[in-house]
Amino acid sequence: MEIKLKLNGRAVTGSVDADTILLDFLRQKGCLSVKRGCDTSNCGLCTVLMDGKPILSCSMLAARADGHEIYTLEGLQEEAAEFTGFIADQGADQCGFCNPGFVMNTIALLRENPDPSDDEIRAFLAGNLCRCSGYEGQLRGIRTFLESRRA
Amino acid sequence: MITIQKYVRAQSLEEAWELNQSKRNRIIGGMLWLRLGSGSVNTAIDLSGLGLNTIEETDEEFSIGAMVSLRDLEMHEGLNSYSCGAVKNAVKDIVGVQFRNMATVGGSIWGRFGFSDVLTVFLALDTYVELYKGGIMSLEEFASMRADNDILVRIIVKKTPGKAVYTSMRNQRTDFPVLACAVSCLDGEYRLSVGARPARARVFRDEKGILAGGITEQSAKDFAQYAGKTVHTGSNMRGSAVYRSHLVKVLTERSLQELGGM
Ligand SMILES: Cc1cc2nc3c(=O)[nH]c(=O)nc-3n(C[C@H](O)[C@H](O)[C@H](O)COP(=O)(O)OP(=O)(O)OC[C@H]3O[C@@H](n4cnc5c(N)ncnc54)[C@H](O)[C@@H]3O)c2cc1C
Ligand code: FES
Ligand code: FES
Repeated sequence: MEIKLKLNGRAVTGSVDADTILLDFLRQKGCLSVKRGCDTSNCGLCTVLMDGKPILSCSMLAARADGHEIYTLEGLQEEAAEFTGFIADQGADQCGFCNPGFVMNTIALLRENPDPSDDEIRAFLAGNLCRCSGYEGQLRGIRTFLESRRA
Repeated sequence: MITIQKYVRAQSLEEAWELNQSKRNRIIGGMLWLRLGSGSVNTAIDLSGLGLNTIEETDEEFSIGAMVSLRDLEMHEGLNSYSCGAVKNAVKDIVGVQFRNMATVGGSIWGRFGFSDVLTVFLALDTYVELYKGGIMSLEEFASMRADNDILVRIIVKKTPGKAVYTSMRNQRTDFPVLACAVSCLDGEYRLSVGARPARARVFRDEKGILAGGITEQSAKDFAQYAGKTVHTGSNMRGSAVYRSHLVKVLTERSLQELGGM
């Protein structure tokens, strides 16, 4: 079947099977920031924004995205650049595999709640798993970003 | 993972219902549970085009469409003010925000999953389900029925005056609950709903009148002991029956104390 959606601000069309997963469709369209981690809706690595809300692209049919608007990290570089340097400065990433999902969900967090507390950050990012870091580095990075913005 | 031959975004409930009469076709809610299964689905019936994704509030009730997400439940001010935050507390640790933006009330209630926080909390409230052909029935009755080929259209939560508290015990924040517990007092009637026993949630009432004189330190303790003996528990990889029965007592007592403002 043919689907038509807005991807990173541009209209795209594509031919998909009934069970094509959105993640695979997005990668076919060149959005390689979208990665498969667990494939069981647990790790958050495949996070994209659909109509502004963070969702798991590994668990969504491409057909269901027909007529909707999707943003991946490729389309949100500027917004991401505001805070990713702070996370890197804390040495938060080790292998870096979880990073795109973390960044996408942090964008969603900061849009919804521009000045979150530590507990609100932890709660919002609870669905993003990282096998290396223990999460403290990411938390410190976001905190320093928020402090710099307040200053 | 399942495979799907055909995808249909239903244009009406009648169309969805007709398609759902074939055993090889399946309704898709958030599809999060469904896709982890195996086998082949002939037609995936998507309900997302039917406007079932809204929560409507009147003076008497909340009408919650089957495609409302768990995140919508978590963020709905009216529902959380009425339920004293119980609904939010029930869903807030289910996997993550992204997951809760996708998982639906319809799929969660229809599935009647043993581990379900969602079923547990709504059983403690004055909740009804509306089925497309089966009409309206209490959630308690629905929860004890076997799944058939009907469609869950919405759930209705009556604004019966009262209070509710939700607690759960998890081995890790976003894991399935080891035990889920909701208590409420609605129009003077106490209800205890226990889920993840690990069997499906059930409602227990104060049949012995232990709380008839209200909640005190002693009556909360006595009711918790009664619950510990009455609620049937079992073992699975998350906890043993003995541990769960202990948790029934602890969570019931704590929740009653909170309900009683202690
Ligand atoms: C990894 C993981 C972790 C989870 N952790 C928890 C947890 O900690 N606590 C908890 O409470 N839940 C948990 N869940 C369950 C989750 O919250 C949802 O309840 C579950 O995914 C079903 O919702 P869904 O919208 O994805 O339904 P789907 O998977 O789409 O559907 C589930 C079933 O219901 C049927 N169905 C869906 N909608 C309707 C309808 N309107 N009418 C008739 N039939 C319908 C489908 O055909 C299917 O058989 C977890 C699920 C997963 C996958
Ligand atoms: S790959 Fe989607 S949640 Fe892990
Ligand atoms: S840095 Fe390796 S998984 Fe997060």
